[in-house]
Amino acid sequence: MTELEALQEQVLSQIDKADNLSSLDEIRVSVLGKKGVITEKMKTLGSMDAEQRKEAGKQFNELKNAIAQALDEKKEVLADAEINAKLARESVDVTLPVRDERQGRIHPLYQTYDEVISIFGQMGFDVAQGPDIEDDFHNFTALNTPKNHPARAMQDTFYLTAKPGEDPSIVRTQTSAVQIRTMEKQKPPVRIVVPGRTYRCDYDATHAPMFHQIEGLIVDKETNMAHLKGCLAEFVKTFFELDDVPVRFRPSFFPFTEPSAEMDIGCAKGNGELKIGAGKDWLEILGCGMVHPNVLKACGIDPNEYQGFAFGIGLDRLAMLKYAIPDLRQFFDSDLRWLKHYGFVPLDIPSINCGLSINGGNKR
Amino acid sequence: MRFTLSWLKDYLDTNATVDEISAKLTDIGLEIEEIIDPMAAIANLKVVSVDECVDHPNSDHLHILKVNTGKEVLQIVCGAPNARAGMKGILARVGDYIPSFGQKLEKGKIRGVESNGMMCAEDELGVGPDHTGIIECPADAQVGASITTIYKSDPIFDVSITPNRGDCMSVYGIARDLAAAGLGTLKPLPTHSFKPSFKSDLKLTNEATEIGAPLFTLREIRGVKNCQSPKWMQDRLLAFGLRPISALVDITNYFNTTYGQPLHVFDAKKVGKEIKVRSAVEGEKMLALDGKEYSLSEGMIVVCDSNAPLSIAGIMGGEQTGCEDDTTTVYLESAYFEPACIAKTGQKLLLTSDSRQRFERGIDPEGVISRTGSDLAAQMIVDICGGEVSEINITGKVPANLPAIEFDTKRVEKLCGVDVDTKTCAEILTKLGCEVKNLEGTKLSVVRPSWRSDITGTHDLVEEVLRIYGYDKLPATTLPRPTQSFGILDPALKRETAVRRACANRGSYQTITWSFMSSKDAKLFHDLNKEPVIISNPISSDLDEMRPSIMPNLLTAIHSNQVKGMTDGSLFEVGPQFFGYKPMEQESVAAMVRFGNISGRHWAGGMRTCDVFDAKADALAILDAAEAPTNVQITREAPSWYHPGRSGAIKIGRTVLAYFGELHPKVLKAMDIKTTVCGFEIFLDRIPLPKKKGKGIKTLKLSDLTPIYRDLAFVCDVNVDAEKFINAVKRTDPIISDVRIFDVYEGERLGEGKKSIALNMTIQPTEKTLTDDEIESICRRVIGAVSAGTGATLRA
Repeated sequence: MTELEALQEQVLSQIDKADNLSSLDEIRVSVLGKKGVITEKMKTLGSMDAEQRKEAGKQFNELKNAIAQALDEKKEVLADAEINAKLARESVDVTLPVRDERQGRIHPLYQTYDEVISIFGQMGFDVAQGPDIEDDFHNFTALNTPKNHPARAMQDTFYLTAKPGEDPSIVRTQTSAVQIRTMEKQKPPVRIVVPGRTYRCDYDATHAPMFHQIEGLIVDKETNMAHLKGCLAEFVKTFFELDDVPVRFRPSFFPFTEPSAEMDIGCAKGNGELKIGAGKDWLEILGCGMVHPNVLKACGIDPNEYQGFAFGIGLDRLAMLKYAIPDLRQFFDSDLRWLKHYGFVPLDIPSINCGLSINGGNKR
Repeated sequence: MRFTLSWLKDYLDTNATVDEISAKLTDIGLEIEEIIDPMAAIANLKVVSVDECVDHPNSDHLHILKVNTGKEVLQIVCGAPNARAGMKGILARVGDYIPSFGQKLEKGKIRGVESNGMMCAEDELGVGPDHTGIIECPADAQVGASITTIYKSDPIFDVSITPNRGDCMSVYGIARDLAAAGLGTLKPLPTHSFKPSFKSDLKLTNEATEIGAPLFTLREIRGVKNCQSPKWMQDRLLAFGLRPISALVDITNYFNTTYGQPLHVFDAKKVGKEIKVRSAVEGEKMLALDGKEYSLSEGMIVVCDSNAPLSIAGIMGGEQTGCEDDTTTVYLESAYFEPACIAKTGQKLLLTSDSRQRFERGIDPEGVISRTGSDLAAQMIVDICGGEVSEINITGKVPANLPAIEFDTKRVEKLCGVDVDTKTCAEILTKLGCEVKNLEGTKLSVVRPSWRSDITGTHDLVEEVLRIYGYDKLPATTLPRPTQSFGILDPALKRETAVRRACANRGSYQTITWSFMSSKDAKLFHDLNKEPVIISNPISSDLDEMRPSIMPNLLTAIHSNQVKGMTDGSLFEVGPQFFGYKPMEQESVAAMVRFGNISGRHWAGGMRTCDVFDAKADALAILDAAEAPTNVQITREAPSWYHPGRSGAIKIGRTVLAYFGELHPKVLKAMDIKTTVCGFEIFLDRIPLPKKKGKGIKTLKLSDLTPIYRDLAFVCDVNVDAEKFINAVKRTDPIISDVRIFDVYEGERLGEGKKSIALNMTIQPTEKTLTDDEIESICRRVIGAVSAGTGATLRA
């Protein structure tokens, strides 16, 4: 073993044994520093003859490079170890709960509201609105329900106290009042839906004194009752996000439509469950019909020239059916637990192109 | 409207099953509420024979029977006096349902003797009234056969009749409609055979022919004996939901339900000989059959004798002139009253009756005397109660039917989208009782039947044709779409949608509360001396005022959550609040509250209760989501339900867009809330809408030059608004792109009534890098502007 080989072996062994960056640096200085072993050796080159210098220079350089490389490699190993040790010290219990952060919720009724509007919007309906407090004319008389009409008894109406000599205002019993308000200011063609709060003086397991309806109205020269059926059949299929929702029209009566119908959708009842879709049972979900000529006349529209349809759907009931919510009254209870359970995250925004709901109507 | 199958079959000749009848009723718009088969629950009970009957050893009245079911012999203990060997009866075995018990029969030991069932009495099973002993089946009854071979099943239909179908408020009317729809044949009505044997000395005048009683008849029947009505009639009235009273009363009820012809019988000895039909006099009183006294008014029609009103015409008879067991002579009233008159009277008196329901929907005026009215009823009275019948005393006349309607059958296709040819239309209308004549081409001349007062024009005929032709034949045609749509929400509604989602996005739960509230609580929320909007017929006194603000309902919601243990949280509602009792006197408001802790006790610390700045941050964020203008001012004005020192308004010019702040402790106490509540109310309708065709968005110029930050600290009076500092700095030079207040300090070192505000401003050069002198100059101008705007001096 030459002297240089012995030196290399000795230094490499020192490097190997170094256990921290500062002792490694001491080694570097003692070997490669200004007064280091190899630096000193390099200095001796000047006193050598050319042949000797060439040979020794090569050997010195090889030695120097080998040691430098070993130092670098060791340095990286030690640096990693140091970081790892630091990170190990910094570790925390990641199973600890996070800081309080509240995800809000959209009420299931308004999720339904947005869904329904996006469906009718795609069919070319505009959204119209009207006041919650109505006069007798818009809520009843213009809707072909004059005073003393027995149909008035179908609805338990809230009245407001009136000033002496004035007719009392009423709290609207139906969104249909907005049919009149719209046709008073807009000539046909009219194609609107009207979502909104409605009120009846009734409170039990299946009735709330306030609930929500969406009214639909088309008035033009050609829309007929087959269009009504087509429109509503498409609506229920899209809304319930099912391939097959059978619909059935039954004759019924509403003062402001004739012919009038109630629409049922197919379902299967059993074991305390209700499944919308093809089945042996029917479920009533809405009332509809062709706009009564007297309603058109009340708005100054000639019923011989214009015709159309109207429908009214209970939004609360749609929400209950689609999202399997058992009790209507809880809609208005503001219970945080209920709102969290049945509510929707704010960015789950219904739209036709997204397929209405994030998970096809199957909530969680 | 409830009736039994056998009752219907009195008038309808059909082999249809209950299911087929029910399906057809649904198809023609007579909606089935329920079909009740009283036998269904007990159909498994069987006929048995009693092989042996011995006395119970431990009882003086019980028997021990050996009962043969045809398959086995069972021991039964029975207490009925008529139990004996050789009889046949109905056995309920252990596990069988007994209607009067409301539960299944259990195995038992009666005084030490085991009993494996029960011999049944009629009333126990609900098949009859008898409770004196157990059922005795006929001798030829087959042992082992179902009870339904002894007691026939007579299902009850419960049908809901829409207000336009007065003609179907009777069993006969429903049979007639079913027959028209092709389900069976309508049987002929019964006829009368009595001959009027005398002329009544009753003097009848009708002063109300013009005000609602165009036809009024009376007939005297004397020598009647008021007894119990026959069982078949009682059964039917019970099925309908009426309690049998006496034959005379039951007959009038039976006509009402069977033919839709309301009748009335007066006990002749209780009324005078001069009967007058007239308008009531204002304030006139009458004690009606329901035991209540009614105060009548002008325009209501009453039937009177010379003393007093005997009945409220068409609605209810008087308590004092009704028939009783000892009645021997009656006056039978059959009349036609106009729907509007009856409806008005009934609504005003809040009095409803089966009679009113039929008159106000319109009865068949041509039925009053002969078809289904006085003649048939007199016959039935004579048949059941005996007696002789006077000639009829008629005032007024039968109201004329509507003239013929000209009906172009093309209207059916135009309106319904289904082609029904003229011949089919004519056939359908004829089956419904119309007189139909062909005019030219597709035109028909149609006279409605007298019982269909709801048919007044072409649209009604279209509906009738479609109803019988079948709603199921309506095709479903796809609705043509407009070719272009710009979104269907108007800007105000778009804003509401954005606001709802934005509130939820800030961690709040959307709620929906009533539009009304308690007027007692509402007093705390009337700020501008607005008059309360009171509901005159509220559902309860808690819900008697249209809410002047959403806030109280949210506070009520907080309370109800907190009592259930949810002490912290956030709720919001977007909905109307009301400032007047007329239409449109309402505005759309977004209100949000945070209550309790924003963040609770946590291992990482940071527990914090909500404060006014949460509310302000929420309000500003939601205004931003609503695309409200950004040049708003914050002022200290807020309504009385906010903490006066920790609340404010967000305004644009003089318009208040929002209030925000901590809720007033007094209000919270009144609403029984124990935590801090902070919230806002944003008045969405007051936010200016963007102009329809805007200039578009300004082009953004981004500077690559490094921004410069400078801190400045000022001392000013303690009551100077921080916003003034920010505004002063910002207005100094557009080159100042941002200002932040990073410290607010009050303390002894500054002296009494002083505070220090330290701010950091960002100077964003756009053209070139600024020199130190230029930066120094900007700072000097800022200091000058702040001093001028706030009276502050640079802090030493």
